[in-house]
Amino acid sequence: MSVTEMFADIQGFLSADQDIREDIRKVVQQLEQAAREILTLLQSVHQPTGFKEIPTKCAKAREMFLLMVEFHWTEHWRFVLQRLAFLATFVGYLECEALVTREEAAKIIGIEVVREEGFHLGVEDYLAGVLIMASELSRLAVNSVTAGDYSRPLRISNFINELDSGFRLLNLKNDPLRKRYDGLKYDVKKIEEVVYDLSIRGLSKEPDNAGDK
Amino acid sequence: MSKGDAQGCLKKSGGLQERDASANASSSPVIAAFKVFQQELDTKHDKHERLVKISRDITIESKRTIFLLHRVTSVTDVESILKESDVKLDLVRRKIAQIAEELKGEDIYQFHRAFTAGIQEYVEAVSFQHYIRHRTLISLEEINAMLVFTEAQSTDAKEPAEEDAPPPTVTAVSAPPFQVIPSDYLLGVADLTGELMRMCIGSVGNGDIDTPFQLSQFLRQVHDGFSYIGNSGPYEVSKKLHTLRQSLAKVEDACYALRVAAAPRSPSTCWPTCSPAATP
Repeated sequence: MSVTEMFADIQGFLSADQDIREDIRKVVQQLEQAAREILTLLQSVHQPTGFKEIPTKCAKAREMFLLMVEFHWTEHWRFVLQRLAFLATFVGYLECEALVTREEAAKIIGIEVVREEGFHLGVEDYLAGVLIMASELSRLAVNSVTAGDYSRPLRISNFINELDSGFRLLNLKNDPLRKRYDGLKYDVKKIEEVVYDLSIRGLSKEPDNAGDK
Repeated sequence: MSKGDAQGCLKKSGGLQERDASANASSSPVIAAFKVFQQELDTKHDKHERLVKISRDITIESKRTIFLLHRVTSVTDVESILKESDVKLDLVRRKIAQIAEELKGEDIYQFHRAFTAGIQEYVEAVSFQHYIRHRTLISLEEINAMLVFTEAQSTDAKEPAEEDAPPPTVTAVSAPPFQVIPSDYLLGVADLTGELMRMCIGSVGNGDIDTPFQLSQFLRQVHDGFSYIGNSGPYEVSKKLHTLRQSLAKVEDACYALRVAAAPRSPSTCWPTCSPAATP
């Protein structure tokens, strides 16, 4: 095989690669659009009026997840996948005020957990989603107070502190996940400040109906 | 999924009375989940580190092979150098088998960054050896054929019998096959051109007047191949194309200098004459 022929072969590979990248880019765009719509829906929980509607919004969000396009494997998915992991864990939190497992989050998004079974939600992407959710929750704590809900911030605080303890167990390398984790302490601090503000004003008391979810 | 369904949720047992989570840390399901994450991440990072170490070994041994192969321009016994390089490259292939073993059941692209440098260096070394032997560019298929590891001891002679014989298979190593991907192949070949340029300049210094022209022609072909690919490959390839152009220029200049120096002095033979028979 001549040098020219060899390079022509290689070029064939690279072109095929490019084509796949293009297809993937299109699907990513659709998924990002879907993610934006779900986010817009869930963002509304920060509104004072939105709090009461949390259950309905969650149900709607789950429906929207179901309508999403099929996944195909690639690196380009990372951003939108983490975004979707965040939305899934956020929905899960709004519903039961607890941490959604990786398996459950994958099910909400509509993908697998193990690589062998197809496109899957890896540990790192799931954790990135959890960290994005933590930021969202610190914002929710602030807006809860504005809306007059003085007990939610306490619950959020407990939850975030537990997440922080969990993350401390991990041996992270200097990768994007580590950098994102570094942001968690600011979320913890913000929520602590909210709780402090409530307690010095005598506004925080243990909820009488802790079982009411 | 009803919102009361707690199966997917990790609830802290006993409600939310305690503000301080650390007292319940060891029994909390969230903490338990994170302990699992810790293990999974540690395993992944450990594998990455092992692959990096193997890749470094491969790089070192391949570089040594390349240094060895450069000596063919200055010694008479080319065959013994080639045989020695075969031994060295066989060792490198065993290391690659280790990589293949680590990657069994894994997504290779997830770990690609760990071993790409070593693989590129290996491609450079093996294609250099191939060029010295056959004066052609080794193909990706030929490289990958040598990375199909077998369990059986090969009793065939390790060195190829003829110029066109298929490359020897690696002996006594049991591992899944390792396949070099096109972009790693390209990057290795791009680095090869640097070595060929060195060889060319070196051979000029040794008074060898044939090798430089052969090399120049070959390098030009490779360069043209890369130009054809242009920017449609990964970014690193485009960067190496730039270096390749410089290497090619050096080689062409060297050939030019040789030609000028060798040109006969007498004016009547300075310019090629057109014979009447050649004109249409």
